[in-house]
Amino acid sequence: MNMKVNIAGIEWKNPVTVASGTFGSGAEFEEFVDLNRLGAVTTKGVANVPWEGNPTPRVAETYGGMMNAVGLQNPGIDVFCERDIPFLRRYDTRIIVNVCGRSAEDYCEVVERLADEDVDMLEINISCPNVKEGGIAFGQNPKAAEEITKAVKKYARQPVIMKLSPNVTSIAEMAKAVEAGGADAVSLINTITGMKIDIRRKTFVLANRTGGVSGPAIHPIAVRMVYEAAHAVKVPVIGMGGIAKAEDAIEMLLAGASAVSVGTANFHDPAVTMEIVDGIGAYMKEQGFGTVSEMVGIIG
Amino acid sequence: MSRRKEDAVILSQEKIAEGIYSMWLKTDAARGAAPGQFISMYSRDGSRLLPRPISICEVGKGKTSLRVVYRVTGENTGTEEFSRMEAGDMVPVIGPLGNGFPLERAEGKRAFLVGGGIGVPPILELAKQMNCEKKQIIVGYRNEETFLKDEFGRNGELYISTEDGSVGTKGNVMDAIRENGLAADVIYACGPTPMLRAVKAYAEEKGIECYLSLEERMACGIGACLACVCRTKEKDHHTNVKNRRICKEGPVFLSTEVEI
Repeated sequence: MNMKVNIAGIEWKNPVTVASGTFGSGAEFEEFVDLNRLGAVTTKGVANVPWEGNPTPRVAETYGGMMNAVGLQNPGIDVFCERDIPFLRRYDTRIIVNVCGRSAEDYCEVVERLADEDVDMLEINISCPNVKEGGIAFGQNPKAAEEITKAVKKYARQPVIMKLSPNVTSIAEMAKAVEAGGADAVSLINTITGMKIDIRRKTFVLANRTGGVSGPAIHPIAVRMVYEAAHAVKVPVIGMGGIAKAEDAIEMLLAGASAVSVGTANFHDPAVTMEIVDGIGAYMKEQGFGTVSEMVGIIG
Repeated sequence: MSRRKEDAVILSQEKIAEGIYSMWLKTDAARGAAPGQFISMYSRDGSRLLPRPISICEVGKGKTSLRVVYRVTGENTGTEEFSRMEAGDMVPVIGPLGNGFPLERAEGKRAFLVGGGIGVPPILELAKQMNCEKKQIIVGYRNEETFLKDEFGRNGELYISTEDGSVGTKGNVMDAIRENGLAADVIYACGPTPMLRAVKAYAEEKGIECYLSLEERMACGIGACLACVCRTKEKDHHTNVKNRRICKEGPVFLSTEVEI
């Protein structure tokens, strides 16, 4: 049995990575997870300059999930390159850098800066619901999504994954748009925009009023969207959204994802990714799958 | 890989005031635990994913057990679930987390150990471990349910304030400090933000070194998610912006470093 997968020309040792923003750059999880066991580490979004993020409270628990409006706080690309890339390089895992920006120029500046860095793939976040400019502005309009993909592809030396928002009418149309723009892969879903109200204080729970809902509660929505996207494009799909155990990850693979990301579940158990890797392996053995690609999209 | 989420075994559970529970846990998290640190406690109900950060009230002899004193925040909450557990039950935990109070700063000094509301419990282990010239414990409660009072009384000079005036000074901890004419060279405080603001203002006006234990909504509890940040005066070395992670660099901060 072989758990290796090939995503846009990059070989991962297994199909499991982490969802951007739930794992920092891995340092905080080093005590709990053998990072060598992950197919890839996807870092928290990084911009051309440091971002302070949103006011607190930034998170709230919801039934079977949570919502966040952290607002893409990040230390900026300079600190990221000096500190986080060398840290991750100590481990035998692929490095996927999530890139955020407020304008096309911001994204391109980061992508250009990363061109000479020792990282394996780029994930472009055009789907953050928690920042006013940039992010989602590119992720809800197919034409804008295609244009931003074309723009970053001009500067990118590594394969580009476009991270898509579920807050759209047709995920298939968005996936096709970024494929037309030259995306090497797509990842989905980012969080679903939500709102929670404190009925005692009669106000919003999050300082940002709205936030992105994630966790097991949204998993069936994510599986449906991964299925639709995988049927719309030829490039690989990285599936995420509410994966909390191996069975959830396997659903994504059968729906058409070539790899999966574990997000919110890292907050419930920092070591959950290793269990998911083991669980996928056990399922493959039990079901007689020799490779992951034999499973991908098998449900037709 | 040196840490993990573990099943702590409940040794005892007791209701010590209305909505306030005391639980002793047998846990590896006791090893190296210091006053001011916290543990993450996890629900067994899959609908509640996020850890509940609970401050450490006492560290047992031999460092194999911890006491937590926590408030039940409402019906159908994670803390209510904890309150229904009994000796022998297991609860998943990670800890100890964060950085505690710098005890050594009190050596040879007159200290205030200030706690308010559900910020009272961590002051107990602090009081037990602190070596200082004059240990003045000032704790504020809503009413006559002055939980942990006797334990405080055994560990320092105790001053109590209650909102309704039923015990000690009527008002808050600052009223108790003024009424009793207390003075300090160093202050340690944990409690609701309005109380911490008042303590911070008092300390800075008088030029007293002051350490505050802050609280904020957390998701991961280990420094990854950037949910529980506080505003700082200077740029933080980790975040590279003017905020710091309460779960990782905190929850205790020097008052002059943070804006609350």
